[in-house]
Amino acid sequence: MPDGQAIPSAARPISGGAPIVRLEGVTKRYPGVIANDRIDMEFHAGEVHVLLGENGAGKSTLVSMLSGLQQPDEGRILIDGDARPIASPAGALDIGISTVFQHSMLVPSLTLVENAVLGRAWWRRPDREGTAARMAAMAARIGVSLDPMALTGDLSLGERQQAEIVRALMRGARFLILDEATAMLTPHDAARLGQLMRRLASEGVAVVFITHKLNEAVEYGDRISVLRLGRKVGGIAPETLRQMDPQAATGEVVRLMFGTHDMASGAAARVDPATVDRAGDPVLEVLALYAGAAAVPLHNIEFKVWPGEVFGIAGIDGNGQKQLAEALAGQEPISDGRIRLDGAFVDRLSIGARRGKGLRYITDDRLGEGTVGSFSVAINLLLKEIGAAPYWVQGFEKPAEITENAREKIRAFDIRTPSAETPVGKLSGGNIQKVLLARELTGTARAVIFNKPTYGLDLANIAATRQRIRDTAEAGAAVVLISTELDELLDLSHRIAVMDRGHLAGIVANDDAARRKIGELMSGVGE
Amino acid sequence: MTLFTDTFLIALLAGVVAAGVPLLLAGLGEQLSEKAGVLNVGIEGMMLGGAYAGFLVAWATESIGLGFLAGAFGGLLVAALMVLFCVRLGLNQVVIGIALTLGAEGTTALLHHVQFSRLYPRLPEVPTWRIPGLADIPIVGPALFDREPVVYLALALVPLFAWLYRRTHLGLAIQAAGDKPAALDSAGENVLAIRALAVLGCGALVGLGGAFMSIAGAGVFVPFMTHGNGFIGIVLAMLARGRPLWVLLGAALFGACLSGSTALQVAGVDIPTDVVQMLPFAAVMLVLLIAGRNAKLPSALGAAYVRGER
Repeated sequence: MPDGQAIPSAARPISGGAPIVRLEGVTKRYPGVIANDRIDMEFHAGEVHVLLGENGAGKSTLVSMLSGLQQPDEGRILIDGDARPIASPAGALDIGISTVFQHSMLVPSLTLVENAVLGRAWWRRPDREGTAARMAAMAARIGVSLDPMALTGDLSLGERQQAEIVRALMRGARFLILDEATAMLTPHDAARLGQLMRRLASEGVAVVFITHKLNEAVEYGDRISVLRLGRKVGGIAPETLRQMDPQAATGEVVRLMFGTHDMASGAAARVDPATVDRAGDPVLEVLALYAGAAAVPLHNIEFKVWPGEVFGIAGIDGNGQKQLAEALAGQEPISDGRIRLDGAFVDRLSIGARRGKGLRYITDDRLGEGTVGSFSVAINLLLKEIGAAPYWVQGFEKPAEITENAREKIRAFDIRTPSAETPVGKLSGGNIQKVLLARELTGTARAVIFNKPTYGLDLANIAATRQRIRDTAEAGAAVVLISTELDELLDLSHRIAVMDRGHLAGIVANDDAARRKIGELMSGVGE
Repeated sequence: MTLFTDTFLIALLAGVVAAGVPLLLAGLGEQLSEKAGVLNVGIEGMMLGGAYAGFLVAWATESIGLGFLAGAFGGLLVAALMVLFCVRLGLNQVVIGIALTLGAEGTTALLHHVQFSRLYPRLPEVPTWRIPGLADIPIVGPALFDREPVVYLALALVPLFAWLYRRTHLGLAIQAAGDKPAALDSAGENVLAIRALAVLGCGALVGLGGAFMSIAGAGVFVPFMTHGNGFIGIVLAMLARGRPLWVLLGAALFGACLSGSTALQVAGVDIPTDVVQMLPFAAVMLVLLIAGRNAKLPSALGAAYVRGER
């Protein structure tokens, strides 16, 4: 299809009529799981069709079949009413199906134009100028601003996604899949993408939007389908959705996703800031801490956390939160200042020695530094005790003890894994987090640092993780909770500090005025 | 000083070309393969395969041209195995590369023993193409512009590859195959085909380099005769950061070291031969130490591409 002509004209019938793509009894199995179980679904031109589901509900599998990466084991996919297999990504493009994945599918070392001409006949000379002009025109048409000559690697993720959408339309896409496209975006970029979706739908494109954020689903969607454990458990048709107010629609979706009404609103009430007894000695004391060599240098950080207290750290991501957590855990060298745990200085101690004294760090990089993906769940549960009795005796592994420990923790922390021997990398994000929690929270945890503990998890796992944080504090440990979600901090913390460019801009008690004060601190008003 | 006579300088410069051309071909080939995401450690084996096949055919048919063609084909054959195992079947590139090198060493040594161990045939000198005008420049002329056609071909490949990478769709596709194969796949291109093409192209170039060593350089085939030239090619490709011109500069540098060591011996400078022969490899390490620090390699280098796997 030539470049210029792309979006089907808006004169075409929007909604109603025959679907562009229709799934009939589509089933896909992987060893040990049914990823998609007899899915029936319709996708219409001019509609934003939202696919909702928790991690592991089968959304990604469905997408990979629509984009030609995988083939269904059973059932069929009808394109414009004809049963046609989508044999490859190239085949999907020919039909007019384009996918924008969560992780950008542009080559970072090429410019946007060069990415746009990838996949053309290789013996022809790439027409950079002409393509750039068409790209700019298409971008202008859908209200996106981009520089076609920019190097992809220099752009933000949001800009890359917009460029991918432009590229898809240039190739004649009439069926656009956005796979978790907003998951890694800033709220501002996510909102822009939402508006773009609406505009595309009004031009007659069929948009499939995969997400696990309910508000986005209700705000941008015309039609909602909910997947759970590989099955389509229900949906809301456009007519119904239009008549519902956002609150009612959210409630309905939550009911479909979890079978209950009130999971989304957070199970427990807000904490009472007065419950912490600050008369005694603090567990964790940070005194004039500096880390000059860190990626985000820390300067003059001071705070104390008492037993049973959750000390929240708010702030825009990348303001030194990770560096602070690593400095406390011993992974980042400090240049000045002291850290005291239960009255004893620990800042000269190694990572292992600090852990031995009860200082625990639950990283946000679950698969990178938290676990070894190819190791079994059982070994990952003991990753920081390898070689120690009773699991290893004189260097020899004791499989019975290791398995017993794993079984106990899998039960206690509700880790959903096929077996204790399964490599941890095969589990979903929520279950990997449970493995981390199980490892770090057992034994004598005195002070626990949670770094973005609910990042990337689905609602059920978010609720479970937040409960663990509360339980940890109630058991008498000091908790440092680093999060970029203000609501999470307001729900769980007794006091909240705001971190800004490596410094704590202020500490506020979590009372009714906390939200306003934190907002002021974050924008640099308060001081 | 009598050391720097004209004859000596011509011999030295000619030696740089003779030693540098196989390195240049190896470096360009490895660069092509690495750009597409295949770390080709089997390059030494491909070179030996080319050296043997080239010599055999040149000797049997008494045609130098056919010999070079056969050399390229010999390298291509070994590369075809690499394509089968590493691109098609997705096996570990380093392991297969080492296996191919060892296999080619053993096979060519054995074949040589069976066929030539009693004869030790020699090939006649390869005819040269004299470029009118340029060849009359003193010193540089006879060393550079009165050479075997393969030398000109190898030099011509440098701008050709630069053009390929910068100006063509194929060049973009090759770069994408090495940097983000999934992106290329989702753009509707066949990643495995692009990678296979790159590895086969690498094999042909490297094989030609091997044939140059046996046919034009030595005039005989000796087991293990490529000793390390392929591996230096890997170093060159890494240092060149994707630019063919840098491969040329690197090949000239290492060629100078190789030829310098011979020239010093010829000139009767009294240094132990072991030290002299070590020179090029010491140079490799020195250059790696200085320039290898921020060498940038394609992000998907060494990783097999399997559709849908993350």
